[in-house]
Amino acid sequence: MVFEGQVHVLGDNVDTDVMIPGRHLSIVEPAEMAKHVFEEIDPGFVARVKPGDIIMAGANFGSGSGREQAPLGLKALGISCIVAVSFSRIFYRMAIDLGLPPLVCAEAVRSATQGERARVDTRTGEIFVGGRRYRTQPLPDLVQDIISEGGLANWVRSEVERRRLKQTQPPDGYGKPATRP
Amino acid sequence: MGKTIAEKIIEAHVLHDTARVEPGAIVRARADVVLINDVNSTLTFRHFENMGGGAVAAPDKVVLVCDHFAPAPHASGARLAKDLRRFAAAQGIKHFFDAGKGGIEHTLLPEQGLVGPGDLVVGGDSHTCTAGAFGAFAAGMSWAGLAAIMILDETWFRVPEAIRIVLSGDKPEFVTGKDIILKVLQDLGVAGGLYKSLEFSGPALSQFNMDERMGICNMAVEAGAKAGIVEPDGQTEQWAKTYCKRPFNLVRPDADAQYESRLEIHVSAMRPLVAKPYSPGNVVAVDGVKGVRVDQVYMGNCANGTITDLRQIASILKGRKVAKGTRAIIVPATQEIYRQAIAEGLCEIFVEAGAAVTTPTCGACFGAHNGVLDDGEVAVATINRNFKGRGGHPGAQVLLANSFVAAAAAVAGEVVDPADL
Repeated sequence: MVFEGQVHVLGDNVDTDVMIPGRHLSIVEPAEMAKHVFEEIDPGFVARVKPGDIIMAGANFGSGSGREQAPLGLKALGISCIVAVSFSRIFYRMAIDLGLPPLVCAEAVRSATQGERARVDTRTGEIFVGGRRYRTQPLPDLVQDIISEGGLANWVRSEVERRRLKQTQPPDGYGKPATRP
Repeated sequence: MGKTIAEKIIEAHVLHDTARVEPGAIVRARADVVLINDVNSTLTFRHFENMGGGAVAAPDKVVLVCDHFAPAPHASGARLAKDLRRFAAAQGIKHFFDAGKGGIEHTLLPEQGLVGPGDLVVGGDSHTCTAGAFGAFAAGMSWAGLAAIMILDETWFRVPEAIRIVLSGDKPEFVTGKDIILKVLQDLGVAGGLYKSLEFSGPALSQFNMDERMGICNMAVEAGAKAGIVEPDGQTEQWAKTYCKRPFNLVRPDADAQYESRLEIHVSAMRPLVAKPYSPGNVVAVDGVKGVRVDQVYMGNCANGTITDLRQIASILKGRKVAKGTRAIIVPATQEIYRQAIAEGLCEIFVEAGAAVTTPTCGACFGAHNGVLDDGEVAVATINRNFKGRGGHPGAQVLLANSFVAAAAAVAGEVVDPADL
């Protein structure tokens, strides 16, 4: 998938407590979460983000607490994809499962300046920042599948269907549906 | 080629024996425990319904605990607990713990014998890694992932690289498991363990009891790690024989296991450590913050509200008073620990000293309730995070420390070395 938008540059070790403080963890509606993103460290952030925008962050993005309100709030705000030097693993997995692609590319992040335009192709791993071209590892196939299905929910529905077909197939395996890890 | 503890535990849980369990590989595996709290509840169950819902594939593996907004400080928190209660009833999940019936999930899980050595545990909370103290591979994961595992009874894992951390020497007075993990954070940094398994071993481990080992593993995630695991020993085996409700497996690493790196910690020369705001990796010796005035001391969380911690706190508070101008809050991690603290007379010592003793809850540890801080306030806390805004107001400051240091700060009204009290 290809994403295009304005760049928001963030630093190293951005934790999920600053993305959305603990007291807001009883919020369950994404649109409501979006209103509180970075409210304490950058109250203007929410107003600056336009649909499709891309975050370029430093190392260990999303560290600390595993809270879905963080990636869900960013996605509801309109962030289309995140490129970072590295990700905290729970945040990384949450972002994938919610259909918010996380890519790792230190060179692109280091070259990015606030407000530039960027274009990210998750399938080829190609990233353009202000016209400069970078190449990173494309996301693994399983992750591509989850993201192109819009998140883990639809992927699981497909997996349940694959299992159902497998159970009803002839014993010789004829007509075996494609299964993926 | 030899294998690490993480590799061996994952290998014992993979679904297809053709899958090679080696660092970087992605494998499909079954879990033994799926831990879900009230903060995870509504969003996780929404994913569950979006995935087709139906019956949970293995309801006995699921453990539901009300601990974050428990007892509920507001209606929206009460709604999360209500959803947890409703899901437990609808799915026939027997391991459900309401406020007043359980406690903080990561301390409760081993206390109830629901986790054991060799288990593979997943949970919606990042501190799920605490169960590594008991020789389990335990990792926090996405909430959509929890819903998926409840439907499919399997999930995927990336097999982690491992760092071997070897403890040697004699544990000095006032040094606890908390200091071991703070030392690891000082050495590795907050991203030094990203995606990895931190595996603790060495001759000094025997001086840290199961409670203190929880304190060590609890903050493995603060180094970015996927899991923190203590190599099982005689203490682990004894604990497992007493508590585990299921068969257990003491998984030790092979002698020729491949570790990415090795970290040696000589405990003999250690003094208590403190993590300064606003990062758990901003670690200094307690002497480095001596004299810092303290408004509040908060003692208790998912690994430091154990009976061992409460005894350490009591040893400092006994016959002393919480300083004028300072407030102390003590949170036993579970109902059972609370009961035991009462039986041992610890609660009396706390109340006599002028400390607030509260019901088990995650409370102020995540800045939600039960002791939230205002602008400009300084706290010493035995919790695991001190990010900006974590304790309440973004202008508040939290110093992370062990229970001796915290209790000593409560008495002195400022940071002191407990040895100088």
